Amino acid sequence: MGKIEFDIAHLVAGGLVLVSLLLLYQDRMFALLRFFAGHAVVLSLAVAWQALIQDKPELYITAAIALAFKGVVIPLALYRIVVRLGIHRELEPVVGVGLTMLAGIGLIGLALVVILPLTSAADPYAREDLAFALSVVLLGLLMMITRRNAVSQVVGFMSIENGLILAAAGAKGMPLVVEISVAFSILIAFIVIGIFLFRIRERFDTVDVGALDSARGEGERR
Amino acid sequence: MTWLSLHAPAFVLGIPAAAAALLALLPGYRVTARINVAASGLTLLAALALLGERPAPGLFLLVDDLNVVFVLLNAFVGFTTSWFSASYIGHELGTGRLTPPYLRFYHAMYQVMMFGMNLALLANNIGLMWVAIELATLTTVMMVGIYRTHEALEAAWKYFILGSVGIALALFGTILVYVVAQVAIGPGLGAMAWTNLVQYGGRFDPALLNLAFVFLLLGYGTKVGLAPVHAWLPDAHAEGPTPISAVLSGLLLNVALHAVLRFKMVMSANAGVLAPGPMMVTMGLVSLIFAAFMLYRRRDIKRMFAYSSIEHMGIITFAFGMGGPLANFAGLLHMTMHSLTKSAIFFAVGHVAQIKGTQRIAEIKGLTVTHPVLGWGLVLGVVAIAGLPPLGIFMSEFLLVSSTFARDPLLAIPLVFGILVAFGALLLRLNSIAFGEPVGSTARSDASYVPMFAHLALVLAAGLYLPAPLVEWFENVAKVLG
Repeated sequence: MGKIEFDIAHLVAGGLVLVSLLLLYQDRMFALLRFFAGHAVVLSLAVAWQALIQDKPELYITAAIALAFKGVVIPLALYRIVVRLGIHRELEPVVGVGLTMLAGIGLIGLALVVILPLTSAADPYAREDLAFALSVVLLGLLMMITRRNAVSQVVGFMSIENGLILAAAGAKGMPLVVEISVAFSILIAFIVIGIFLFRIRERFDTVDVGALDSARGEGERR
Repeated sequence: MTWLSLHAPAFVLGIPAAAAALLALLPGYRVTARINVAASGLTLLAALALLGERPAPGLFLLVDDLNVVFVLLNAFVGFTTSWFSASYIGHELGTGRLTPPYLRFYHAMYQVMMFGMNLALLANNIGLMWVAIELATLTTVMMVGIYRTHEALEAAWKYFILGSVGIALALFGTILVYVVAQVAIGPGLGAMAWTNLVQYGGRFDPALLNLAFVFLLLGYGTKVGLAPVHAWLPDAHAEGPTPISAVLSGLLLNVALHAVLRFKMVMSANAGVLAPGPMMVTMGLVSLIFAAFMLYRRRDIKRMFAYSSIEHMGIITFAFGMGGPLANFAGLLHMTMHSLTKSAIFFAVGHVAQIKGTQRIAEIKGLTVTHPVLGWGLVLGVVAIAGLPPLGIFMSEFLLVSSTFARDPLLAIPLVFGILVAFGALLLRLNSIAFGEPVGSTARSDASYVPMFAHLALVLAAGLYLPAPLVEWFENVAKVLG
């Protein structure tokens, strides 16, 4: 395999880390969703490139899922939820942006320091890929910790998952990647449905719980 | 007979899957509740057939000494819980907390969960196991939220987010294991099979394997309910239907523990790695002592027993972390006894909460006076879980404590301390729940007590006498675990 293939794989994987950093400081809901769609698109590029250089056509399916499901369907669904629940002004980071960014940079450094020396035995493709993937995972965790509302926590979770798919696609000849990405998509679909139900309850609770559930004769419990 | 045992794994997986599809289609709760019990019973029979001749390990499925213990326990508790659930849900329908459509969903999900857990236990592939555990988790999340009260949805959401983060970390660890293994074994499915991982474990790169294990321990440890990452567990136990609390405590925690144990076996095949034991010992002790103190401050009866599950998972993780034939034996025995006892307790608690219409400990008093059978059943269960002789948990705790004293007395001190603190809390609460002036409703219950007493009888029998074949079998498994 030539050097250029190697470089392009790194370029795209590094791009994913950069978009993760961008996600960290978004303070408006719609911008956050747009950047997340971008995150998914970069991921699908990275996976498609791995499919090409590893000659594993089934990875194109994973790339297509990333592009269609996480790049389009999920952001649109979240967009609708945000509009319908009227929560687009609710981004309140627990920690300030500057501090979050510093922590993020620290985590990327940590990922590189941890992974690179440890993986000297593994093949070079997997090596840098794992380092980038771990950075994306850690940045996603940081995002879940520093945000309070459900939508940005879910975006954080999905970016973690993008990092995992990147790692799985980069591991040479790893089987079941497609199955795992499908399983993850189902998980995410449930999470999104979950937010929808959850937020609806939150908003109606203050008004009248009975309006939603009068049919079930609920109310003795509390 | 041989044919049956060779195909038993297919039945253990096929019966719940087929039953789930059937239950999703059928209306009417009486019929579906019976089908649920029948399907779980058939699964138990299929699991018993695993005891016979074993099929050779394939690329996807594996039957060995270790997972047969887990599958049998899983099928047995799954069966008794479905029985309990059949007598539990009638009341829930009566009070309107569940409606028939939800019940259809509930039964289908129950079987999907059994399928997921059995698949996770029988999988010979770390990726397949991961997917199966995720499936089982998802179904329990949905069942925890099934009452759709504010608290239930919040508990389900918390379970979901924490469980997802845990499962994400576990997947990263899984990928790392594959990356290490494919260097030694070669790319492809073979590098994800347990049989190969254990066999070639000695040739893996130790540094990367260490990193992988940290991720796996934290990831699957979340599912086990170990202390720093346990936050989802009490809520999920308290807010869901009680049969689900019983299977969560009795089974799902074990399935996650099984994953940790398998990875520990891979680690111990390699001489160059960090010893996985001390990490597990530390997490176990932290869980034990933390949960023991938290027991004192609980006001909700299901939440209290959820904390007791954290405590016992801590003890079990400690035992497997200590390692060696004796501690592993104690760990296995304790796991089995805990599953049986804790699910029996939840059976009792489920009926108590239905009778009293509340889960608050302060509003449940004098049970032995108003409901002698149920009350004394609960007393027996709590006495067992607190670790009093002559019941099974006393046996396993005694074994663990004495073997720890012999090997590392300093570790035995926090262990005994934690057990005693928890013991005090449980007896204190038991005293107010079971005895004294009755408080709350004294309505009669038409519940079936067979599942509860079946479990308690097994726990008592194990405390009095362990049959030699069982001991030999557990000793074998303990040796495999290293």
